[in-house]
Amino acid sequence: MSKRNRDWGNTLQGRFLRSMRFGCEPLDSLLVQRLDASRDESAVRALEAEDTLRELQQNERVAMARDKQVDFAQDVLEWSQSKGRKVIGRLYALLSIVICVTVIVLLMETVMNMPAFGSPAAPANNEVAARYIEKGMEETGAVNIVAGMILDYRAFDTLGESTVLYIAACAVLILLRIDRQKDGTPTQELIAEEADDRAFEPENDRILQGSAKVLTPIVLLLGIYVILNGHLSPGGGFSGGAIVGAGLILYLNAFGFARASRFFTYKTFTTVSLFSLSFYALAKTYSFYCGANGIPSGIPLGTPGAILSSGLILPLNICVGMVVACTMYVFFCLFRKGGL
Amino acid sequence: MDVFKLILLVILVICALAVSLTRNLLSSIIVYMAYSLVMSVIWMLLESPDLAITEAAVGAGVTTILFFITLKKIHAIKGESTDEQAQ
Repeated sequence: MSKRNRDWGNTLQGRFLRSMRFGCEPLDSLLVQRLDASRDESAVRALEAEDTLRELQQNERVAMARDKQVDFAQDVLEWSQSKGRKVIGRLYALLSIVICVTVIVLLMETVMNMPAFGSPAAPANNEVAARYIEKGMEETGAVNIVAGMILDYRAFDTLGESTVLYIAACAVLILLRIDRQKDGTPTQELIAEEADDRAFEPENDRILQGSAKVLTPIVLLLGIYVILNGHLSPGGGFSGGAIVGAGLILYLNAFGFARASRFFTYKTFTTVSLFSLSFYALAKTYSFYCGANGIPSGIPLGTPGAILSSGLILPLNICVGMVVACTMYVFFCLFRKGGL
Repeated sequence: MDVFKLILLVILVICALAVSLTRNLLSSIIVYMAYSLVMSVIWMLLESPDLAITEAAVGAGVTTILFFITLKKIHAIKGESTDEQAQ
């Protein structure tokens, strides 16, 4: 209190701290103004006395409120153990039936409105396939028709698939990650997991390390090749990403977590995933917007067959590949010992 | 080529049955890996190399490894030390 000077009293932190302590902001700022106007020792002392009195009253009120809350909690507990259990059970049953019926009705409605399965009149069986094959290369610029389909014509599907993969990674992260303590030291559980992990791990296996030294660069190169040539040759983001992830897993198994964590941490995972997914979403939003409104998107398609061609497909392939590779690697780490 | 395809399909069916009928979890995972490998060759023959690459990398590679780790976690793989103790 004695350190209260004019500047501190008016800073955001000072006001916040005081409002936390006394919980009445307008009066308090008035007090501060008065204090600032006349920096009199006696006034300060009177104010301090006032403050302590107010604090006491506040404490009393808090205690009363807490008692009331405890009573209420006990009432709720008793109710839930006696009559409430039946009521809540019935509510759950009713809600689950309602949700089930709604979903069934919605799905049935959708199925009823679809064209008959295999009917030659359905657009999926005559127009779409022919259009993809005839105009695919011209419209998307991709020699590999599959890449043109999944990253251009049906990019919305692929965006959903990437999101599903990312959500799966998050769910695995929530379920399997073992947190460190707040100060960064490992918990007992983590130490036990690491000891358990090491019991099965071969320590400096010569055969594994020798073959990993030869294989890892080749596997990673193949993965990068498959990603970068996704629009020209078979493959693409997902397959190439899976190959890169498998190469990283091989490296990790041969050389251990200590060496792998030099280039791959949680930060790498979050940065790469965030960057890739947001780039994907932004790029596709732009091209959807342009396509839906008939505006030329201004992205050159290039000559089909060249490595820098087919507009957005190459960067999108790279993004999908990075997300998939990171997700595979993180899955492996989390399954093994609950952390990177 | 038709004979080769038939052989592959028969192996595929045998693998699929073996996965569900094997008692030992470890062997059933290895059979599942073989199933994925055969499946990727079949995708290749069906002229969809995209799927073949993905099946080989994900089905035969990453999924199998994840299954192995899970088995290790739930102590379903009997290590050498427990075998020695049993003897």
